[in-house]
Amino acid sequence: MNLPIYMDNHSTTQVDPRVVEEMIPYFTAHFGNAASRNHSFGWDADKAVEVGRERLAKIIHADPKEIIFTSGATESNNLALKGVVEMYAEKGNHIITQVTEHRSVLDTSKRLEKSGINVTYLPVDRDGLVDPEDVRDAITDRTVLISVMLVNNEIGVIQPVEEIGKIAKEKGVLFHCDATQGIGKVKVDVQSMGIDLLSFTAHKLYGPKGTGALYVRRKSPRVRLAPMMDGGGHERGMRSGTLNVPGIVGFGKACEIAMEVMEEESARLLYLRERLRKGMMDSLESVYLNGHPTRRMPGNLNLSFAYVEGESMLMGLKEIALSSGSACTSATLEPSYVLQALGISGELAHSSVRFGLGRFNTEEEVDYVIGRVIETVNRLREMSPLYEMVKEGINLKDVTWGKH
Amino acid sequence: MKYSDDVVDHYNNPRNVGSFGKDEEDVGTGIVGAPECGDVMKLQLKIDNGVIVDAKFKTFGCGSAIASSSLATEWVKGKTLDEAMTIKNTEIVNTLHLPPVKIHCSVLAEDAIKAAIEDYKKRNGE
Repeated sequence: MNLPIYMDNHSTTQVDPRVVEEMIPYFTAHFGNAASRNHSFGWDADKAVEVGRERLAKIIHADPKEIIFTSGATESNNLALKGVVEMYAEKGNHIITQVTEHRSVLDTSKRLEKSGINVTYLPVDRDGLVDPEDVRDAITDRTVLISVMLVNNEIGVIQPVEEIGKIAKEKGVLFHCDATQGIGKVKVDVQSMGIDLLSFTAHKLYGPKGTGALYVRRKSPRVRLAPMMDGGGHERGMRSGTLNVPGIVGFGKACEIAMEVMEEESARLLYLRERLRKGMMDSLESVYLNGHPTRRMPGNLNLSFAYVEGESMLMGLKEIALSSGSACTSATLEPSYVLQALGISGELAHSSVRFGLGRFNTEEEVDYVIGRVIETVNRLREMSPLYEMVKEGINLKDVTWGKH
Repeated sequence: MKYSDDVVDHYNNPRNVGSFGKDEEDVGTGIVGAPECGDVMKLQLKIDNGVIVDAKFKTFGCGSAIASSSLATEWVKGKTLDEAMTIKNTEIVNTLHLPPVKIHCSVLAEDAIKAAIEDYKKRNGE
């Protein structure tokens, strides 16, 4: 086993060596511009792009013509929201989203609000899930778009996308889904899920960074988008800019591999996650799972270790790459807005750690992490005034705390 | 976040972790911060004839908070109460090389010293 251990696979993933191998010729031998129509360099590049497009389409059950390449999921989310709002301005000025979306959806929504768009931010329940009936109730005759993610990036919960898609179809409202964390991990079918626009990116599924895609439905209904990038009219005019050919080749290969291994890999990751969860929870008291216990992506585990602050835990686990919802990992001093949206107290949000298991994690690594987490939590609890107070029988809620 | 060597050193080898009995007459206890905010420091001072002869801390907080309180326990030892009252958070910032987002940790440590001294004075009728 090699150190450091990478267990932060919701942040990004290692590129699969099979993906790298397939990309390499497109930096050197086949370096052409896919938009060059008059020579073999361009034709080769274009052919490779179309293979990639087909592979992406396949993993979400779409037509290749419905795939628009972008620089990543942030761009895809921006394009979906801003592009729809601008294009459908005559139809309405209202969009619906929910509070635990990724920043690239929430901040885009906030910007749209500044330009006069009404945005409804739906709440989530204690498990992090949106109630589809809330979506139905929020729809007005001015609603042009619903945007709800597939899998949450912090707590890994899977939203009831299919039910929301049904409601969207019924009401004739477009439905965008940010599926960044879900593609290649859970089954996605834009037809059966009623999705009209879908964002995803290569680097979350063992592909390269800097390559994303937006699925844009062409039939029933045909979705139109105002572009954000003007220029050469690439990607059906929706996203100008020379295509990242090696990136697209890698993205395609990553999708192909994911489809092939998804079932087996999901089972393996679920086993590793449960081993990790039980290993830590069996030896440590006052550890809480954040997010729905079963309706979640296999590789995600988000736990709060009461009386221990998350960042200090990560500092003690310096040879293990993890992530925390603690405020101290951000500049704002506010802990994770996702955990807060679930109604989790500030104290437990500050004590949260996200374990993101992926394709290259081993059982040996999981066992090592269990041991190190137990050791670190115990050490920090010995140092924690909160733990001491609780051991003395004091209820922390009865204490009058200061402010700072 | 990248930590300075000084923060890492205090985090790995915290000085004076522990507790004195809260009811001991010669002990002043300061508890500052709040769990909701992600930082709670408990600083205790043992005082003899107006001089701090020993200090202990426990901290719930990030590495910089732990390091700030650990450093504070080192600094107060041997000081009179008046001298300890003059310890400024900026000195902690400079010694530990805390970045701007961690300045509140040093403020909390300064507050903890003051709260412990006030507690001692109150309990000893001063």
